[in-house]
Amino acid sequence: MSELLVEADSLVKAYGNFLAVNGLDLRLGEGEVYGFLGPNGSGKSTTILMMLGLTEPTSGGVKVVGYDPVRHPLEVKRQVGYLPESVGFYSDMSGRENMLYTADLNNIRRSEAKKRIDELLGMVELTDAMNQPVGQYSRGMRQRLGLADVLLKRPRVIILDDPTLGLDPTGIQWLLGIIEELSTNQGIAVLLSSHQLQEVQQVCHRVGIMSHGKIVLEGTVAELTAQTASGGFQLVLELLGGDDSLMTALKGLPSVTGCNRVGNNIVVDSNADVRALATATVIASSASLLGASSENRTLEQIYLRYFAGQER
Amino acid sequence: MRAIFWKELGDHFGKKRFNLMLGLVLVGVLWATFVDTEAMVRSGTGSFYLDLFTTTLGVPLSLLSFLSFFGPIIGITLGFDSINSERTQGTLSRILSQPVYRDAVYNGKFLAGLFTLIMVVLSLGIAAVGVAMFRFGLPPSSDEVLRLIGFGFVTIGYLAFWLALSMTASIFLRNAVASALVSIGIWIGISFFIVFASSAIADRMVPDIEEIEDQARHTNIQLWVGRVSPERLYTEATGTLLDPIGGRFLNPLGVAPERLQGLLLSPVSAGQSLLLVWPHIIALLGMIATLLSVSYVRFMREEIRS
Repeated sequence: MSELLVEADSLVKAYGNFLAVNGLDLRLGEGEVYGFLGPNGSGKSTTILMMLGLTEPTSGGVKVVGYDPVRHPLEVKRQVGYLPESVGFYSDMSGRENMLYTADLNNIRRSEAKKRIDELLGMVELTDAMNQPVGQYSRGMRQRLGLADVLLKRPRVIILDDPTLGLDPTGIQWLLGIIEELSTNQGIAVLLSSHQLQEVQQVCHRVGIMSHGKIVLEGTVAELTAQTASGGFQLVLELLGGDDSLMTALKGLPSVTGCNRVGNNIVVDSNADVRALATATVIASSASLLGASSENRTLEQIYLRYFAGQER
Repeated sequence: MRAIFWKELGDHFGKKRFNLMLGLVLVGVLWATFVDTEAMVRSGTGSFYLDLFTTTLGVPLSLLSFLSFFGPIIGITLGFDSINSERTQGTLSRILSQPVYRDAVYNGKFLAGLFTLIMVVLSLGIAAVGVAMFRFGLPPSSDEVLRLIGFGFVTIGYLAFWLALSMTASIFLRNAVASALVSIGIWIGISFFIVFASSAIADRMVPDIEEIEDQARHTNIQLWVGRVSPERLYTEATGTLLDPIGGRFLNPLGVAPERLQGLLLSPVSAGQSLLLVWPHIIALLGMIATLLSVSYVRFMREEIRS
């Protein structure tokens, strides 16, 4: 059993009468990547602030790396790296100088710090820009510098608040690769708060969906699919021809939940992978199959379905 | 905290606006010293080193009033964006998620500002006294040295008050411009309008000043209300410290000419003058402590959002 690095028990944060976080429980173990989802204002950021001792919980408790962040803020901050939603650097200082300052604040010796900074800046591909003032950095570069800055203290837990915001697609893939690497090779626990559901699904071992200050759904993506019984797969068939009998045939396939005609396309919803069966059915019919594409958007569907249900 | 202190100190001396202010004040002080010393040597009386700061012989504005004008601006320049600029830049939440106590950030910033002020006052003082020594051709006496040290100390305290005030503004006001404007507004209000306010209050409380007792009460009220202003405390304290003869009285009634008749006008020792303005110094330090604790409490309990 891996060590528990984050433990939150019935955590509450009230602003006046408004409960931003309302009885939240959360467990995060070593080497685990936890996707922290939820609409804006659902209390994700407040929870993160409480984990870092940047704001005090109204009631309940949270333990991070075994310490209470309110009582022992330094022990927590020594081992937890936090990348805020919009990370800020001193714009008149270079990337390297900014990181040296962080190293000073962490009491890392200069000689060691310099070596580690060069290493980390190499990892985030900022070696060329490291002596440029941060004011000249692009949003993506800043984000990468933020990641290097977070890793400087060799944390055991890292908290990333919407780290993919403003990154280009390659940047996002690169970041996800790093997250995966950190968790599997270095055993770092990662709390990833994000709106990019597809990406979360790609790297997260477990996912928690927050709504109105509570985690309303939690588990692996597969578990969530079962919990919400939403059916998670969508297959788009591009056809030439095709009639109602084909539709009936497709609807009759096992685990297909819905079948809609959109122009020349038929969209097949199912809760299992039906690509082989569906394409075979089309080929056996009178229609010609021009293309088939499937999007594995399970998490997004769970998410949308959950919140759509809430609206009503 | 040491890391924060050194970074902030480096920032202060690297900032254009600070160096501009420092250069301006340094040029002003040096120029005034040159002109004043020349005039003083020509007229040739008095306690040279002390009169240097209060004389209006050469330049119509004495060095003391020059400092009481520009000092607050230097103090405000150092502090008005210390916390809120970190907040708007987004660096505050990053710094506070490093293993440092929150008060270390605050204290480090204040101490770096204070140290900068000490450097400013020291360099201005040394520059002025150096030029004066060259002109007068004689070193200051031990009594003068003591008085000058006292003067420097009170000046640092006065500038530190404005630093504390502008840092408080930078904690309460999220916007650096608003914080600068409010600080300057308070400075103007407290330094200039207090004169009108104190006489208005005295007029209201003692409308009739025909009798000499009423006149005394009127003056006293005016004086005490005026002492709410650190600017008044500063000019009173330094005026007393720099004037061994007149500096034996604080109350202007005491120096009314008819009261002086028959009084032997001998200078008092530096220790006696210091004793006289001790309450002023304590009051000034108390104001600084109040501002620091108010902003400290606010800063410690605040939620830091990115």
